[in-house]
Amino acid sequence: MSAAAATAKRAVRRPVSIASFAQSENVRQDDQHNEVEMLMPVVAEVFANIGITKNDIDFICSGSSDYLIGGPFSFVTALDAVGVWPPMPESHTEMDGAWALYEAWALLQEGEIDAALVYSFGRSSPGNLNEILALQLDPYYLAPLWPDPVSLAALQARALIDAGKGSEEDFAAIASRSRKDALSNPNAQVAHDIPVETLLRDEYVVSPLRRHALPPITDGAAAMVLAAGDKAREWSDKPVWISGFDHRIETHSLGARDLTSSPSTAKAADVAGVADGPIDVAELHAPFAHQEMILKEALGLDDGVTINPSGGALAANPIMSAGLIRIGEAAARIASGQAARAVAHATSGPCLQQNLVCVLEGE
Amino acid sequence: MPESEALHASHVLEFPYSRSVGPVIGAFLTGLRDGKLSGVRGAGGSVIVPPTEYDPATGDDTGELVEVGPGGVVESWAWVSNPLPKHPLATPFAWALIRLDGADTAMLHVVDAGGPDQVATGGRVTVRFRPAGDRIGAMADIEAFIPEGGAA
Repeated sequence: MSAAAATAKRAVRRPVSIASFAQSENVRQDDQHNEVEMLMPVVAEVFANIGITKNDIDFICSGSSDYLIGGPFSFVTALDAVGVWPPMPESHTEMDGAWALYEAWALLQEGEIDAALVYSFGRSSPGNLNEILALQLDPYYLAPLWPDPVSLAALQARALIDAGKGSEEDFAAIASRSRKDALSNPNAQVAHDIPVETLLRDEYVVSPLRRHALPPITDGAAAMVLAAGDKAREWSDKPVWISGFDHRIETHSLGARDLTSSPSTAKAADVAGVADGPIDVAELHAPFAHQEMILKEALGLDDGVTINPSGGALAANPIMSAGLIRIGEAAARIASGQAARAVAHATSGPCLQQNLVCVLEGE
Repeated sequence: MPESEALHASHVLEFPYSRSVGPVIGAFLTGLRDGKLSGVRGAGGSVIVPPTEYDPATGDDTGELVEVGPGGVVESWAWVSNPLPKHPLATPFAWALIRLDGADTAMLHVVDAGGPDQVATGGRVTVRFRPAGDRIGAMADIEAFIPEGGAA
């Protein structure tokens, strides 16, 4: 057994299944609902899918950011979407819901509980995302300069071009394919069929990134139910299993990283056992088109792997949920029989600083 | 019920943290106030700029401060035609990762160049500090980098 396989084997002690997944429609601006109102139908749907109620859940973990909402401890208010009385064990990550999923999965590994609800939400529309996301950076050297996420991604795209690992045409091809695939995704926000040549006439937002290489600004929410033990079989005839799960982070010193590669993704993929079997589908959280190329290399995916059939984050990028949605979309393709084994990925921070890799398998 | 137009009101949320910068970042920022650029020696002898208390590659403690710059090489850059309100410059500029002379890592700042044809990866730039009386020991003490000898 390879060292990687041995590590992956250590990583999963108890099989956990993705029993249900739901997401809101992803829209540019939802100003008709507050966060609780946005979440309520999603939580209701994720339970209704498998005919359960909150009473069947042992633990709740959510992912959201107070910076988006403009109010402290907003995740406490958001619990009203579930209605937790009497009180339930609950936790929160100030991160994408994919990391909330990881926390719930880690707790399920311990064997004390059998079912968990994970949800995430965020409305990017009320604030200024360029300024809000600058606040996640190093507060001494980076944040005082207010570099916006598009500018930082553009530095990464230029590095990729300079290294001969990608071109503006490559970025446009990824954007064109993703939004064409999104035409069959009812939850997509940006879906169209526009050829590469037309996209390459887009203006630069921050050179070398043109408009099409950027993610949309999205309001949205997502929810997932995890099950282990008897509940996994009870809630699904054909469970989708998490067979490997890991996340890693790189330094916050942007200039100390090689922006053209993603060692944290490669390490997480190694521990999660991505290479232990063939991958049919990959759902990659690549908000900027060029980042798909970096992730594809780091995950060791060959050209036979279908990448982002949902359209990915270029079709809808609800901050705090876009990563969890990748896992939900990958699981849906296994549940439908379109894929036997899939990898889902979530990212956080500037220029793919932190990365999570989740391997899913059917039976 | 038909959806009515939502009411909007502005709201400013502040997280007024105050931070103590410590011996390494503090020394760097004090250096900026004095018109000097400095890095710190990492575990393997590499020079990390901007300096941190630990080596980002190994997590080991870092060592002595060393002076670097004032010139350096552009490792990557991105051209901003339409600066945002909080950006360091109000006129079109380049963000750049700049590896200062004597450093092994790059620092993010801006290059004040006339146009995107004045900036290039591998091009040399040099620091332009604000006037001594205006410097406060912060990243903004560097007004910008400029192409060495006019054009990159």
